[in-house]
Amino acid sequence: MMRWRFIPLTLLGIALTAGAAGVRSGYEYLLPETRALQDDDFGNPGLAMVDEGRALFQRAGANGKACADCHGTGGERLDVHAIARYPVFDQERKRPITLRERIRLCRSEKQAGPALSYAGRKALALETFVRHLARGQPVAVEIGGPMAAHYEAGRKLFHTRWGQVDIACHQCHDNHAGQHFRGQTLTQGQTNGLPAYRLATGEVAGAHERFRQCMHKLRAEPFAIGSPEFIDLEVYANARGNGLPIETPGVRY
Amino acid sequence: MACALFLLLALASSRFAGADEAGYASWRARGFEIPEPLGGRKGDPARGRAIASDGARGNCLACHRLPLEGLEAQGDLGPPLAGIGARQTVGMLRLHVVDQSRFNPDTVMPGFHRRPERLHRVGKPWRGRPFLTAQQIEDVVAWLATLK
Ligand code: HEC
Ligand code: HEC
Repeated sequence: MMRWRFIPLTLLGIALTAGAAGVRSGYEYLLPETRALQDDDFGNPGLAMVDEGRALFQRAGANGKACADCHGTGGERLDVHAIARYPVFDQERKRPITLRERIRLCRSEKQAGPALSYAGRKALALETFVRHLARGQPVAVEIGGPMAAHYEAGRKLFHTRWGQVDIACHQCHDNHAGQHFRGQTLTQGQTNGLPAYRLATGEVAGAHERFRQCMHKLRAEPFAIGSPEFIDLEVYANARGNGLPIETPGVRY
Repeated sequence: MACALFLLLALASSRFAGADEAGYASWRARGFEIPEPLGGRKGDPARGRAIASDGARGNCLACHRLPLEGLEAQGDLGPPLAGIGARQTVGMLRLHVVDQSRFNPDTVMPGFHRRPERLHRVGKPWRGRPFLTAQQIEDVVAWLATLK
């Protein structure tokens, strides 16, 4: 019955392994030409999504008010430090609110709709536009107090082996950054560049889209975009990169 | 209790049928070896080579350098596999491919033949099936054994 004896050992091994020592942006692992593409304020292909988001930001909701009416035409009245702190704990709702969720709540409550789907392109575009405003700001997610339980839940998800492939996020992104998987350089799986333009798919992916793509690669049933699981995972993943500068829109493979 | 019953059934069925219809055969490690071929199958090295270098099946090349010409996009998460057949017994090779976490609980290498019920949230198309069937494991092991 050796099979059973080994289970606790396996779990212990996962639980005791600490995170990566030095926190590094995915940018540091990019080829020079890909970095140059991200840095190019005209050529960065993710900027099309920023523009799309800006247009939505200036468009009126059901009550005639646009985001821009409260936050400035180009979002200049938004606090970039606050943007860098998401997800934040909402005392009233008693749960963490991601940046995309905050935008959805503004739309429903301050603009009287129409509601934005969490997984829809409009919410993604608005998130990309808003986070782009905070480019260069260090990620600063609070993990104490009521956030601690969500951070811990996310940490657990990051360390769980998923799918038929049976590997955890942690295995690839904590232990093997800089090495090659399918000829592709693995990074720490940081989220400071998100939403980012992916050269591989030609699309912009935010945190939950990217989590789904990685889980799909593991032949796992991904959680839904906007699900409590992915929100907890975003809390952990963003906090794991605390201090890294926001790069939105990053350019990634 | 239900678990034990299931295990008994699985053991019984594997003893008689070799592997279940999803291709899973229960196995038993002795130390760091699985001495017996899975489900009593005989491996074919040529098929094993094809599986190891196929991105949709073994996908070993995603993480290992294989001693084969003309393969692109090989990875270096794991050690190169050239010469592995000279360094290890067949039983050890089998356990590496079946469940590398027996050697290293924190390994990044997939368990290619772990009991499917043990996995978390497997996607629909792959549910209830091990990554590689008992026959495919034996094929890959037969190929690894030729790498001397
Ligand atoms: C088998 C290896 C593997 C596993 C396991 C894995 N990923 Fe990834 N992940 C990759 C690869 C390859 C990339 C693209 C290159 C890179 O950025 O590391 C990537 C990219 C990412 C990125 C984007 C990084 C950036 O700079 O934009 C995030 C975020 C991420 N992964 C999170 C996760 C999470 C969360 C999980 C678990 C649900 C996970 N990954 C599991 C291989 C993996
Ligand atoms: C996602 C990465 C990954 C994949 C895919 C993978 N391996 Fe591995 N493998 C590793 C790593 C990493 C090690 C090194 C030991 C460790 O860290 O567990 C390893 C170790 C091994 C060893 C032991 C080598 C030694 O010198 O002791 C063998 C044999 C092996 N792998 C065979 C295979 C075969 C055959 C396949 C495909 C059917 C495969 N691996 C697929 C990552 C991988």
